[in-house]
Amino acid sequence: MTAVTFPAVVINWGSDEMAARRKRRYAADRRLQIYGMIAIAFALGFLAILIGTLTFTGYRAFTQSVVTFELDLSKAEIDRSDVMGADWRGIVRGALREKVPELPRSSERAYFAMFTSSAQFLVRDQVIRNPALLDGVARFSVPLSDPLDQLAKGQVDRDTPESQRRVTDRQIEFYEQLSAAGAISKPFNWGLFFNSDSRFPELAGLAGAISGSFWALLVCFLISFPIGIAAAIYLEEFAPKNRFTDLIEININNLAAVPSVVFGLLGLAVFLGWFGLPRSVPLVGGMVLALMTLPTIIIVTRASLTSVPSSIREAALGIGASKTEAIFHHILPLSMPTIMTGTIIGLAQALGETAPLLLIGMNAFITSPPAGVLEASTALPTQIYIWADSPERGFVARTSAAILVLLGFLILMNAIAIFLRQRFERRW
Amino acid sequence: MNKFILTASAATLALAASAGYAAARDQIKIVGSSTVFPYSQAVAEEFANKTGKPAPVVESLGTGGGFKAFCGGVGPDHADITGASRAIKESEVKLCADNGVTDITEALIGYDGLSIAVSRANTTDWDLTEEQIFKALAAELPDGKGGFVANPNKKWSDIDASLPATAIVAFGPPPTSGTRDAFVELVMHDGCKDLPGMADLKKADEDKWTEVCSRMRQDGPFVEAGENDNLIVQRLESDPNSVGIFGYSFLYENSDKLKGIKVNDVEPNFDTIADGSYPVARPLFFYVKNAHRDVIPGMKEFLEEYVSEAALGPDGYLAERGLTPLADDKRAEVQKAVLEGKKFGS
Repeated sequence: MTAVTFPAVVINWGSDEMAARRKRRYAADRRLQIYGMIAIAFALGFLAILIGTLTFTGYRAFTQSVVTFELDLSKAEIDRSDVMGADWRGIVRGALREKVPELPRSSERAYFAMFTSSAQFLVRDQVIRNPALLDGVARFSVPLSDPLDQLAKGQVDRDTPESQRRVTDRQIEFYEQLSAAGAISKPFNWGLFFNSDSRFPELAGLAGAISGSFWALLVCFLISFPIGIAAAIYLEEFAPKNRFTDLIEININNLAAVPSVVFGLLGLAVFLGWFGLPRSVPLVGGMVLALMTLPTIIIVTRASLTSVPSSIREAALGIGASKTEAIFHHILPLSMPTIMTGTIIGLAQALGETAPLLLIGMNAFITSPPAGVLEASTALPTQIYIWADSPERGFVARTSAAILVLLGFLILMNAIAIFLRQRFERRW
Repeated sequence: MNKFILTASAATLALAASAGYAAARDQIKIVGSSTVFPYSQAVAEEFANKTGKPAPVVESLGTGGGFKAFCGGVGPDHADITGASRAIKESEVKLCADNGVTDITEALIGYDGLSIAVSRANTTDWDLTEEQIFKALAAELPDGKGGFVANPNKKWSDIDASLPATAIVAFGPPPTSGTRDAFVELVMHDGCKDLPGMADLKKADEDKWTEVCSRMRQDGPFVEAGENDNLIVQRLESDPNSVGIFGYSFLYENSDKLKGIKVNDVEPNFDTIADGSYPVARPLFFYVKNAHRDVIPGMKEFLEEYVSEAALGPDGYLAERGLTPLADDKRAEVQKAVLEGKKFGS
């Protein structure tokens, strides 16, 4: 038996070899940092490109060229009991005609095509909302039609031959004439937010889509939030640990990863097929989105219930609280900020979801915003889908603008989630 | 506890929804072809503006999908009107009849041209025959000995020396699109039928003929560009040597960037499409469920608007959207049929 002896190793930390090894390890550290920074730069770069191109193509949609004219409605013979039935087309055309003295009859068609074809309805609706306008001279603004709007925004090359553009030389003359008279302006396009969808880009707006998305998300929240929390409480606090609950847990995690189009098909078969609910309505949209959001909420709620220290649970039970009291008086309120954060992020995801809504018909064309969950409507992402497919030039800018609006809502929701987390979350 | 009340209320809401809805519907429901979609949209908007009635719901399901929804039955759950980029098929008439939809009216509203276009940056004066298009885009060509070979043409000049020596690149619609069906039927079949040996094949084995004449090539030159025609327009701009296939309204709206390719010496425009000299045009229809006429509020006024002179006429707002209108006498016939509810097939 010989004792095992270790040779005495003397390391000379100051030797050149060691200095070289140190240098290599520091270099590896720095490389790792640089890789990370490159990765972040990539991600930020692509984000910048996305926002940049969207802004570049979309910013024009945030203004709309309009023509302003004065109209003396007290002279027009309007029957006050039937304002709707008056000859609005004639009245509006008369007022527009005055803008260009000596308008030859042969050019009338070209001239009136410069303004949105719904001009008479816009004026009529304004008067119906405010009957006082009938008593005197009032100023009205109506949008220019899409080709002229493109011209006003410098999107039409005047050097191209006349036959190759949608704006005729005569119309350009009229435009210059109106422009010189100060009748044309380019105010902020409130219509983008307060109008519903339209065939005409100059009138199309997101009001229908925004309210459709709002109703769908409301339904989604009302269904998925209580069900999600109830399911999580049962699984976390009451359920026995056995194979069956393991199976449920695995399935919930799987559901969170199921492509959303599958939920759309499910909604089509079950909600529309069996339950006979109407197509294209936010109620069904919300129900489908709720199916999608449920797993997220259950997972978040379970995680936040577990993160409440067991000392709190045991203290409550120790002084005689029932399990229900311990949960509803102590554990749930303490985990609520995290649950809310998770829910808002889940809803933000649901807001951007397109595929399931296409399947249940929420990509229909509807020119009035829904007044409730049972009226057919579109949602923001499906509206983008419809506009992206429209031939008129004005919709190209509007598509990008709609995407920017959707991104704005997403950022807002995520900001609320971060605020809630920072403000109310407790760390143990 | 409130959470359970919330759940309960959500469930009640859903139930109330289904019950209340079955009772009545005050919006007209229109489904059908994506080609007829913009015209139905325009009429729906005009109708809502003019009458102040609830705006109709217009949904683009494709011609086949539209008939499926339309023929599903009678009652407020089923669509009132469907648009179609071809006439109703025998099988669809039967499907309708099986579900109790026996009284329908057919309305031909006009024509839609399919255009093949290139960027304005392309300087060649393009003029193709249908046979040349087939030779450029078909998957297989007859080898002249009764068999078939994979399409060997890589450049336009491979087909005909007078064509430019640039690579064949064509962006077109995917098989799910009605535009693709129309293109295959109107261009590919016509270009195919006069090739050597094809007439005999048609007599001998019609299925084989249809297969050979319908298959688009998959080896690169023909690119399925998805349903979004605006995307094709953008691609044509970035690659002036490529050609694109889409509805005429896209060419019309983008005439500053694109020019139409002549087919058999005829340029696509409203006149040539209307008089039938431009070979790549198809009729557009809508079908009305007559049982809904007096049940769904506003149906009558909506139909009046759809066939009115202001909509369908040569200066109507549908022509402005790219529809090629019917001749005067034909239009009068359609107006009469729709307003009187002429039964289809009688």
